[in-house]
Amino acid sequence: MNGKSEVSEFFSRLYAENIGRIAEGSTPFINSFRKEAIEKFNLLGVPTKKMESYRYTNLESFFRHDYQSYFIPDVSHFRKAEDFRCDVTDLDTHGIVLMNGFYPTINGKLRELQGGIIIGSLNEAARKYPELIEKHYGRYAGNDSDGLIHLNTAMVSDGVFIYVPRGAAPAKPVQIVNLVDSDQDTFNQHRNLIIVEENARCAVIICDHTLSPQRFLTNAVSEVYAGENSSFDLIRVQNEHNNACKITHTFIHQERNSNVTSSIITLHGGLVRNNTYHRLNGERADCSSYGLFLADKWQHVDNFVSVDHASPNCTSNQLFKGVLDDVSTGAFNGRIYVAPDAQGTIAYQKNNNILLTDEARMDTKPQLEIYADDVKCSHGATVGQLDNNALFYMQSRGIDKRQALLMLMFGFAHEVIQNLKVEALRERIDGLVMQRLRGELSQCASCMVKCV
Amino acid sequence: MLSIKNLEAGINGKMILKGISLEVKAGEIHAIMGPNGSGKSTLAAVLAGRDTVEIRGGSVTYMGNDLLQMAPEDRSKEGIFLGFQYPIEIPGVSMVNFMKTAVNEHRKHKGLPQLSASDFLKLMREKKEMVEIDSKLANRSVNEGFSGGEKKKNEIFQMAMLEPKLAILDETDSGLDIDALRIVANGVNRLRRPDNSSIVITHYQRLLDYIVPDVVHVLYDGRIVKTAGKELALELEEKGYDWIRKEVDNQN
Repeated sequence: MNGKSEVSEFFSRLYAENIGRIAEGSTPFINSFRKEAIEKFNLLGVPTKKMESYRYTNLESFFRHDYQSYFIPDVSHFRKAEDFRCDVTDLDTHGIVLMNGFYPTINGKLRELQGGIIIGSLNEAARKYPELIEKHYGRYAGNDSDGLIHLNTAMVSDGVFIYVPRGAAPAKPVQIVNLVDSDQDTFNQHRNLIIVEENARCAVIICDHTLSPQRFLTNAVSEVYAGENSSFDLIRVQNEHNNACKITHTFIHQERNSNVTSSIITLHGGLVRNNTYHRLNGERADCSSYGLFLADKWQHVDNFVSVDHASPNCTSNQLFKGVLDDVSTGAFNGRIYVAPDAQGTIAYQKNNNILLTDEARMDTKPQLEIYADDVKCSHGATVGQLDNNALFYMQSRGIDKRQALLMLMFGFAHEVIQNLKVEALRERIDGLVMQRLRGELSQCASCMVKCV
Repeated sequence: MLSIKNLEAGINGKMILKGISLEVKAGEIHAIMGPNGSGKSTLAAVLAGRDTVEIRGGSVTYMGNDLLQMAPEDRSKEGIFLGFQYPIEIPGVSMVNFMKTAVNEHRKHKGLPQLSASDFLKLMREKKEMVEIDSKLANRSVNEGFSGGEKKKNEIFQMAMLEPKLAILDETDSGLDIDALRIVANGVNRLRRPDNSSIVITHYQRLLDYIVPDVVHVLYDGRIVKTAGKELALELEEKGYDWIRKEVDNQN
């Protein structure tokens, strides 16, 4: 028996044995996706290094592990989630806490804000606003070749729902805090659906935290719809411990003239794989996809980005950077697809990485598929060391070597951070990155979460 | 202030400085001239502490201390400043942050308190005016996207901020148009005090019209082959370096 089918078979069995329990809390519409999804998963299985898009990332050690919990967490855990407060004082947000992938059952599951904006539990929204869910759910999570997306669709129970109706804009960003906390090794799957209708604006911050040292595996899917003339900013900050594996799949579907930024800041984590899919579905849509990771010890961070220029005159920009210390490894895979009639496309991609040791390793792979002729496209990737000339230049002005190294690394990272659209968070991330580079624990100072 | 004795140094196994001796006293301006490849920039690199240069022999004493034993940052804090021939671009590090860190390191070394943000900005403004540097440049990353002339002015600006005792200007004039040259030279002259010294490395006599040296040395093939007053620079301008070459070759 080969390894792939053994692990995959386990999940197929888990599904078969628990489908009653999984489906119980969800609406018929969400349940209607499960059967086809598990069949696709059964065919594809958990991705292995034999798959081109997972060539540099071995998920096996996390998937070939017996988790004690795969489903709904305890009520007591929800209390902890309720108590959670983010300590970024300048960061005034509409907060939502997800505990092990579930929206806490206490305190009401949906909130309605001014302007008809709704935030809360996806599950609850499916009951209360079926027409919204039916219009968008499952429409954008489109990569058929990744079994993990289907596994999520088959088994998911809950997640965050955000709805910003036509012309509306929440006064503050929405902050989703994903907490993973258990005294048991836990496998989590959640699903977010974010709908930003035409002429609406919204910023969403997602913070990934682990609260206890157990082994965790998270497989999360987010679907985002950005309507005509809308503006949407997504900032994901990942700060999990070395024994945690985080896999995210984010699908952002953009209509005409919409403007989207996505930024993923990975401060810490054992194994991280982020898949970000941008689909520019309407003319003159613009997207920017940013990423920054800082890895050390034996951590592994892999960013997979796909920008699909499906319509003419759209613009896209990818900027991903990594700093790798010790024996850490990283990968970047950046795809740009330009459809045959997507004339006037402008697409840029840049991936820069710094290796601080001889043992650290980075694989980077651009993938350009261009089927239109009137296209401006560029890509560039570097893997290297810090610039010794710059180091000497700084030392020659009286800055000691350690400080100069820090400033150079920070400057390198800042190129990504400066693009974050929420200013209070930008300063905060600057601070966390500085701490992380100094080798200090980069946890939010007064946070109850001891992430690392 | 600075005493170089029989200095021998090389890069990648190739001998470049073949026994240099030089005395610089407080308040003096020394010009070092010489053809390409004579070792001028290597000498500057040795004095600033560049570790790609291998020291093979000789000694350098600065203010009574063994300079060659000092880290580059300590040399800076003790008052040595190197104006780079090719200033380095540092993306992501702002001029303000760069200079604030450097100035405060210098202050710490002298036992002075850190400058407050407003005092620091005031100091920056003052010095910026002195070198006629565009205000906007200070908000950008260090040297990133600066023109050649702006980079050189930025070197003098940094020098003004750090107020060195011994400034070594490595071909600060190269690539400058006449206006920028005047600004750079004015900056250097205004920073001149009776107790500080400069070593001006240059190819051409042009810069020395503005910064008048006390002593002119000619460096050729890793050695100082001629030392005289400022009139030597004029002679070189007129006759080129060939006569020096011939003179040296005849001696050998």
